[in-house]
Amino acid sequence: MSTHIEHQAPQGREPLDVNDPRLSRFDIVQEGARRDDIEIVHYEPQVVPGSKAERRMTRTVATFFLLTGLAATAFLVVYIWWPWQWEPGRGGDKWYTPLLGVTLGIALLAVGFGILTWGKKLLPKEVSIQDRHDQPSSSEDRRITGETMLYMADELGVRRRPLLGASLMAGLAPVGLVAAAPLVGGLIQNPHKNNQMFTTGFKPVDGKKIRLIREDGRPIRPADVSVGGQLTVFPGVDGGVSNKYADSPTLLIHLRDGDAEKSRVANARVGHGDYMWGNYAAFSKICTHAGCPASLFEQQTNRLLCPCHQSQFLITDNAKPVFGPANRPLPQLPIEVDEEGFFVAKSDYTETIGPDFWERP
Amino acid sequence: MKRRKFDVAAVPARTAGALDDRFSAATPLRKLLNKVFPDHWSFLLGEIALFSFVVLLLTGVYLTFFFEPSMAEVVYNGSYAPLRGTPMSAAYASSLDISFDVRGGLIMRQMHHWSALLFMAAIVVHMLRVFFTGAFRKPRETNWIIGSLLFWVGFLAGFTGYSLPDDGLSGTGLRIASGIILSIPVIGSWVSSSIFGGEFPGTIIISRFFIAHVLLIPGLLVALISVHLGLVFKQKHTQWPGPGRTNENVVGERMFPRYAIKQAGFFLVVFGVIALMGGMFQINPIWYFGPYEAWVVSAASQPDWYVMFLDGSTRLMPGWEISIPIGDGYVIPPLFWPTVVLPGILVGLSTMYPFLEARRLKDYRHHNLLQRPRDVPARTAVGAMALSFWVVLTLSGGNDVIADKFQISLNAMTWAGRVGLLVLPPLAYYITYRICLGLQQHDREVLAHGVETGIIKRLPDGRFVEVHQPLSAAEGHEGLDYVGWVVPKKMNRLGALGPAVRGFFYPIEKPAEAPVSPGHPPVEPRPEREEISSGESRH
Repeated sequence: MSTHIEHQAPQGREPLDVNDPRLSRFDIVQEGARRDDIEIVHYEPQVVPGSKAERRMTRTVATFFLLTGLAATAFLVVYIWWPWQWEPGRGGDKWYTPLLGVTLGIALLAVGFGILTWGKKLLPKEVSIQDRHDQPSSSEDRRITGETMLYMADELGVRRRPLLGASLMAGLAPVGLVAAAPLVGGLIQNPHKNNQMFTTGFKPVDGKKIRLIREDGRPIRPADVSVGGQLTVFPGVDGGVSNKYADSPTLLIHLRDGDAEKSRVANARVGHGDYMWGNYAAFSKICTHAGCPASLFEQQTNRLLCPCHQSQFLITDNAKPVFGPANRPLPQLPIEVDEEGFFVAKSDYTETIGPDFWERP
Repeated sequence: MKRRKFDVAAVPARTAGALDDRFSAATPLRKLLNKVFPDHWSFLLGEIALFSFVVLLLTGVYLTFFFEPSMAEVVYNGSYAPLRGTPMSAAYASSLDISFDVRGGLIMRQMHHWSALLFMAAIVVHMLRVFFTGAFRKPRETNWIIGSLLFWVGFLAGFTGYSLPDDGLSGTGLRIASGIILSIPVIGSWVSSSIFGGEFPGTIIISRFFIAHVLLIPGLLVALISVHLGLVFKQKHTQWPGPGRTNENVVGERMFPRYAIKQAGFFLVVFGVIALMGGMFQINPIWYFGPYEAWVVSAASQPDWYVMFLDGSTRLMPGWEISIPIGDGYVIPPLFWPTVVLPGILVGLSTMYPFLEARRLKDYRHHNLLQRPRDVPARTAVGAMALSFWVVLTLSGGNDVIADKFQISLNAMTWAGRVGLLVLPPLAYYITYRICLGLQQHDREVLAHGVETGIIKRLPDGRFVEVHQPLSAAEGHEGLDYVGWVVPKKMNRLGALGPAVRGFFYPIEKPAEAPVSPGHPPVEPRPEREEISSGESRH
C-alpha cells in the first residue's frame, strides 16, 4: 500500500475513465486532483499498517481523547460540587475559577493534541502541486465584460436622456441625507448648553456661595486640614459628590507658611490676589491635560502629579505645569470662610476646568 | 404490499446523489476538497487571531446574558462583601455579579479578556510576518489593507469592551478618551458632547458602547474577517521559495483531510490555552478598582497592552499648545498630536505601504513567493525602525511602573523615552540593514566556498586553513546560485552527521549510524532525501 508516485507531466494527458473497475480509490482521487490542476507528487504513509509504531501512535491518540473525557468530567464535578460563593479570606472558593480553567484547559488541549497527533503522525504525508492560475482574465473576456457594461449604460440611455441621470442624482442626494439626518440629529448635543463647559458645581446659586464639602457630605472647617495636608472637596450641592459633577472635584491644600507666602506672591502676579484664604489654596483636581484626577501631592516639593500621564504642577506657582504633557495650569478656586466657619467658594472657577479644547478662551 | 429491503450501505450514496441533484455540489466540492495549501509554521499566526475571535464570540455572547448596560445608580448588595452598600452604576454591579454571583461567570469574563489580548497580539505578530516576508505585495495589497483595518477595529472593540464594566480604571480610560475627542480642533467639543450625550460622563455612554461592542463592531469584524479569508482562499496562499516551488504553483498539502485536521487541532489548542489563562491568571480584577468616581485614580493605571503605545506617546509629548489669537482665542491642545494625529499617520502609512514600496521599486508584477527578510534589507530595516518606535512608546506607556520598580526618576524615564523615540528608530534601521547585508554575504560565501567543516588543515608551509565542504558536486566549482531559500551552513544539514534523533523524552527511533569522523562520507550511503518537501521538514 506504499504509494510513492513520481511526478508526471500533466500536459497532453488523456482523462481517465473513472468508471474503470480496475482503478483503485486512490487512482480516482488522483484523477480528481489532476482535473483541478493538482499533481500529487509525493504520497507516503507514515506508519506501516499493523506495525508497532502504528499501535503506539494509536494508543497515544486514544490516551489524549480519554484524558479529555476525564478532564471534562472533572470540570463538571468542580462546577457542580466545589464551593463557589465568595467568602472572605482564603477559602476554597478562591480555587473555583482556577480549577475550572485547569480542567477545561486540559480537556481542550488533550483533544486538540489528540487530533493533531492523528493528523500529523497517522495520516500519509503528501506533497501536492497546484497551478495558481492567478493571471488576469483574458483580454477578450475583459473586452466582453466591459462592452456588456457599457451596453447596459446604452440601454439605459443616460447619455441621450441626461435629464434622467441628473434628476435621479438630485432626487437621491436628499435621500442619503434623510438616512443621515435622524442619526446626526438625534445624537448631536450642543456642548455649550447652559454654558456647561465653563461652569462647575461651585457656581453660586441665587447669589448664595457654595460650600466645600467632603466625600461624606460634611462641610469643612480650616482646622480640619492639617499643615501640609490636603483634602479632596466637592461642591455642597445636590449630587455634588457624584459623577454628575465630574468637573468639580477640587483639592484643598493647607500650605506651610513659607510656601503659602510664595503662593500668595504668585497669585498676586496673575491677578488672583484674593483666591487663597490664609494658608489654604484650592485647585481643580481635574488635570488640564486629559482629565484624570491629578491626585498625587508631594508635600516636600509642593508638586501635584497626575498619575495618568505624569503631568506635574507646581502648586506654589499657580499650579503651573512644570513637567509632562500638560500645557496650562490647574484652575484655582477662590475660597473664603463663611460666618459659620466653613469653607465656601467665593465664586465659580474663573478658568475652564479639565482637558483643553478648541474654543477654550 | 411488499416491503422493500432497506439497504443501509447505500444510504450515503443515495443521499449524496439526491443532494447533488438539487445543488450540483459535487464539482465545487471536489475543488474545495482538493485545494492545496502551502505549509509553514509562520502561516499559523493569523489563525491564532481567527481562533481567538471565535472564542471571543462564544464567551462574549455568554456575558451578554448577565451584563446590564446601564449607568443607573444602584447600591451593591451582592456577595462580594467589601463593596456591599456602595453606590455604583448598574453596569459595574452586574459586572461584579458576573464575577461573583454567576456560577462560572468569572472564568468566562477572564477568558473573554484574555482572548481579546491574544486576538490583538496574534494580529500584530501575523502582520509582522506578512510585512517582513513581503506577503503583502501585488496581488495581495487589498488583504494587507483589510488586515491593518482589522487591527484598528479590534482596537475599538477592545476599548469599548474594556469600558463597559464602568469600574474605576475603565472610567479613567473613558475620561481620557473624552479628553482626546475634545482635543480635535473645531469640532472636538461637539463630537464629545454628542457621543457622551452632554457633559462627561453623562448617563448614556455605557449603553452606546454596549451596542457598539456587541453588534456594530463585531459585525464589522466578521465582515472584514470574511473578506480577508475569502481573498486568501481566492488568491491562494503565498509560499516560501524552495525546490519545485515557483511563482505559478502552490506546493503543499491538499486541504482535506490532513490540513483541515491540523487546523481543527490547532483551534482546540488555542481554545485550551485561553481556558488555562482565563482560569489561572487573574485579569482586570474590577472589584479592586471600585466604581468609577471622577476624583479617584491610582498610580500605575495602564490600559491593555495594545493601547499602551498611545498612552506612551501621550506621556512623551511635551506640553506644546498652539494658540490662535482670533476673537476670544482658540487652541490646539498638545493632546491632539499624539492621540489623533499619530494614529492617523500610522493608519495611513501602514495601509499605503504596499503601494509605496511598489512605487519605489517600480515593481508591479505578481508575487506569490515570499522573501527572506535578509534579502530585502531596506524593508526589513524599515520594519525594525517601526518596531523600535512602537517598543519605545509601549515602554513609555508604563514608564511610571518602570521608574518605580527600578528606582529611576520618573522624569528621567520620560526624557529617555523622548530621546529614545528620536534616536533608536534610525539606529535600528542602520543596524538591521547592516545585519541583513552580513547575512546575505554569508549565504553567498557558503554557496561559493562551501560549509565550514571544523577541520583544520596544516599546509606544508606551516599555514593553517579550515577545510570547506563545497555544496556543488561539480569539479572546479563556481558555486551555486542563491535562490531565496535557506542555505545549509552546518555539516549535519548536509547529512554528513547523523540527523538529530527524534523523540520528546526518549528516542523513538534508533540513532542513525554516525560517520567515523566528521567530514568523511558516511560508511553507508544515506537513503535518498525527498526531492520536494513541504516547508516544515528540515533541509
